[in-house]
Amino acid sequence: MTLPLLARTRRRAELSLGVLVVAVTVGGYIVVALAEGPNLPPDLYPLLGSVFGLYAIAHFAVRRFAPYADATLLPLAALLNGLGFVMIARLARADANGRLNYRTQARVQSLWVAIAVAVFVVTLILVRDVRVFERYRYTALLLGIGFLLLPMAPGIGRTINGARLWVGIGALTFEPSEIAKLLLVAFFAAYLVDKRELLAEGRIRAGRFFLPSPRDLGPLLLAWGVALLVLGYQKDMGTSLLFFGVFAAMLYMATRRRAYLVGTVILLVVGGFVAYKSFGHVRLRVENWTDPWTRINQPGGGYQAVQGWFGLGSGGIAGTGLGLGNPSLVPLASTDYIFAAIGEELGLVGTVAVVAAFMLMVGSMFRIAVDAMRPFAKLFAAGIATIFALQTFLIIGGVLRVIPLTGITLPFVSYGGSSLVANFALVAIMLRISDDTARSASSARATPPGVSP
Amino acid sequence: MNSGIRRVGAAMIVLFVGLVAQLTYLQVARSDKLAADPRNSRTFLRNAQRDRGPIVTSDGVIVAQSVPANDEFKRQRVYPKDTASLFSGIVGYQSIQFGEVGVERTFSDDLAGRTFNLTPRGLADAFATRQPVGTVVLTASRAVQQLAANGLAGRPGSVVVLDVRSGGVLAAYSNPTYDPNLLVNHNPSKAQAARSLLLLDKSKPLLPHAWAELYPPGSTFKTVTASIAIQNNVDVATQFPVLSEIPLPQTNGQTLSNFGGERCGGSLLDSFIVSCNTTFAQVGFDLGEQLASGVQNFGVQTGPPPSGHATGFDPPIVRSQGPKPGTFQRNQPAFMQDAIGQHDVLVTPLEMALVAESVATGGTILDPHVVDCVMDTDNRVVQRVDTSEYTRAMDPTTADTMRQFMLGVVNDPRGTGTAAQIPGVQVAGKTGTAETGDGRPPHAWFIAFAPADAPRYAVAVLVEHGGVDGTNAEATGGRVAAPIAKQVLQSLLASPPRPSQCGGGQPQNNRNGG
Repeated sequence: MTLPLLARTRRRAELSLGVLVVAVTVGGYIVVALAEGPNLPPDLYPLLGSVFGLYAIAHFAVRRFAPYADATLLPLAALLNGLGFVMIARLARADANGRLNYRTQARVQSLWVAIAVAVFVVTLILVRDVRVFERYRYTALLLGIGFLLLPMAPGIGRTINGARLWVGIGALTFEPSEIAKLLLVAFFAAYLVDKRELLAEGRIRAGRFFLPSPRDLGPLLLAWGVALLVLGYQKDMGTSLLFFGVFAAMLYMATRRRAYLVGTVILLVVGGFVAYKSFGHVRLRVENWTDPWTRINQPGGGYQAVQGWFGLGSGGIAGTGLGLGNPSLVPLASTDYIFAAIGEELGLVGTVAVVAAFMLMVGSMFRIAVDAMRPFAKLFAAGIATIFALQTFLIIGGVLRVIPLTGITLPFVSYGGSSLVANFALVAIMLRISDDTARSASSARATPPGVSP
Repeated sequence: MNSGIRRVGAAMIVLFVGLVAQLTYLQVARSDKLAADPRNSRTFLRNAQRDRGPIVTSDGVIVAQSVPANDEFKRQRVYPKDTASLFSGIVGYQSIQFGEVGVERTFSDDLAGRTFNLTPRGLADAFATRQPVGTVVLTASRAVQQLAANGLAGRPGSVVVLDVRSGGVLAAYSNPTYDPNLLVNHNPSKAQAARSLLLLDKSKPLLPHAWAELYPPGSTFKTVTASIAIQNNVDVATQFPVLSEIPLPQTNGQTLSNFGGERCGGSLLDSFIVSCNTTFAQVGFDLGEQLASGVQNFGVQTGPPPSGHATGFDPPIVRSQGPKPGTFQRNQPAFMQDAIGQHDVLVTPLEMALVAESVATGGTILDPHVVDCVMDTDNRVVQRVDTSEYTRAMDPTTADTMRQFMLGVVNDPRGTGTAAQIPGVQVAGKTGTAETGDGRPPHAWFIAFAPADAPRYAVAVLVEHGGVDGTNAEATGGRVAAPIAKQVLQSLLASPPRPSQCGGGQPQNNRNGG
């Protein structure tokens, strides 16, 4: 396919998928209002305008700055984001007296969506080549660790729900670990691409085995350890587990040495056991996972887990219908447990659709990684794909009680500005990598035969 | 690197497939169980948000209704102040946290309009979102319930008033009581605090004592003993020895004495009028196992009368207990004490009202019920709680004799129940003073029906620990409880309750259908 043709087909697909996304979002918003009475929402046209407008801005930015990029990522992200917004707006309606804070959240979230789209566009404009992350890998590392440490800074650090993960200036709160995610994955990708042979082969001989030298492995373990320590100190189990998993996966993808996987699994088991024994909050999460039923009424007990299951079970196959369930019975229905809210009102149909959307998105990202030409871009893209996959699995698995619950956002869906901004930035970077690949593939084909590319 | 990336990608997809598997388990295989779990408040919330009809008394006073609320529950159940604690025993409450109790529970589906369909009044109605709700009409009336409460004047105890023609409960009031509005507060911590306080109260205000608590009936139970004796052909003319105490067999010379050590005896009628313990202990001994089987015709030891949706009672009527069948040979003193309403005999106030009713009706006890009918949104009767026979306690001839006995208690100058006399009306009754065995004053009892020649109302009055110890203690049932019964009966007969809103005849829907 020639480049102009590729650009045309991909962008047309993105636009028509976008029309569907706008229809689903605005339709959902209308249905929520209709659940209460025969009146359309009073802010229907402003909403329609802004949903359509924001999607159009993002779409035309891609058209202009990454015309050959993948066509599915933006519609999928927008679909999940739209669905999440409808759920938060729906929770706000049930929260008549504002006691549960969902009213404020709905207003704030619409602002964050706009900011996230702006960041998406800015990222597309500024990051013209992802090699910039490769070049400034140590800057990325320092910035990443710095962002992680930020909530501990006096004055601006905020503790919400028992975890000090936020920085706040006035009413505006921000979770810097979301940005750190991007920077640390960039560092790891760059470092691993550089050292992957050394790490894979090993420089030190130990009997039949070659072990990597501490000099090669050191910085990696250091960065990893610091990140985990900081997050552990901040009691952010979700992000700790996410980093742990992503780095292990990247190490494996870079070296293809199974020993690393085995090693990280052992580390995970040992670390998990030590954390279980020494931290009350970890123990609580595990106990709420194994048996929430007998602990329903204990403080910090299984109430939330059980309510989440009740919500999903009450939803059944088709759900109660938007606006007709009682999702606000589950604590944190707009953030950690938004998936249970979706399950209650949209049923198995809705939850499987959401999981399918994530599967498609993660699949597209892995394909972009496989297709990428340069090793760094490849590993960076694979790292980002793994982040989305693991984060989605951690939170949905936690809500479903497949694994213990670790508080983390459901990408694009949950309430939370920092997560939204960071995730849209990650999508922009994926589009950039995809766009690069298309361009270089085309120029590779254009190279005269007989000349090695 | 590609093969590594593909493998990790594939692993991630496997994780997602695992999520879908668990989702299918939760939302399909286990869905019904989770939805129906009693700890899942969603089903209840749907009910709470649903419109719900009012509960009204037979004299047309609304005692429970739903009003719009500006919160997530959309509606608030309200029990109007004047009647809130007056009717809480019968009506109960519908609480978000604690579920439903009382008629709110037994007729919940009818109140929510789930048990009938609204007949569309035209094409427009078929498409409109008019939700059917039911109005539950009680047999109890505000006026009579208030008479009962006034009679007790705050003292712990119960008053049950029955319409002996229908079996309908005109009043079933007991002290202490509670305000259900505290429990249906939408603020969960306030509701919980109120409930904890009520649960801590040793006098059990949440329990409708009138039918859910057991008491020794004392001498009022001689009505049962006497009718069993007559039914079993004990000659009414038999003269019993005049005694102050009677030796108990199978003991080391223990005796059962008359209250205050009085000497009494003579005929069964004489003994009944003055409530002579020695005579009835002898009757109990003579009856033996016949006493144990005889009480079952009154619903004692078998029973209890139906509760739940059939009659509206909730919590269910507690089974009254009598002599233990098959134990007479082993434990003769127990039967002698049972015959005077002590020892193994433990009854609800409602049961004693049913005993009075059995004499009034000529031997039949009807199913007591607190709900009269259910009406739909258009005030048509869609369901009626029918008058049905619960048990046959005695023959009409026995009942006739018993009527004379009970008239004697009130009318004879020697009688213990003279305080229940009403000018111009013949009242039949029986007093009781029941030892509680815990050193506290005895319970004061009185059961009655009136008018004796054409009975309409049966009453049981219990004033817990309302008696006075010491000499002539038997008179206390007559002194403390009988005036309350008199007061209630007198007012009732002076201004009989209006005919029920439910009207007579068949429910209208059936008529339409047939």
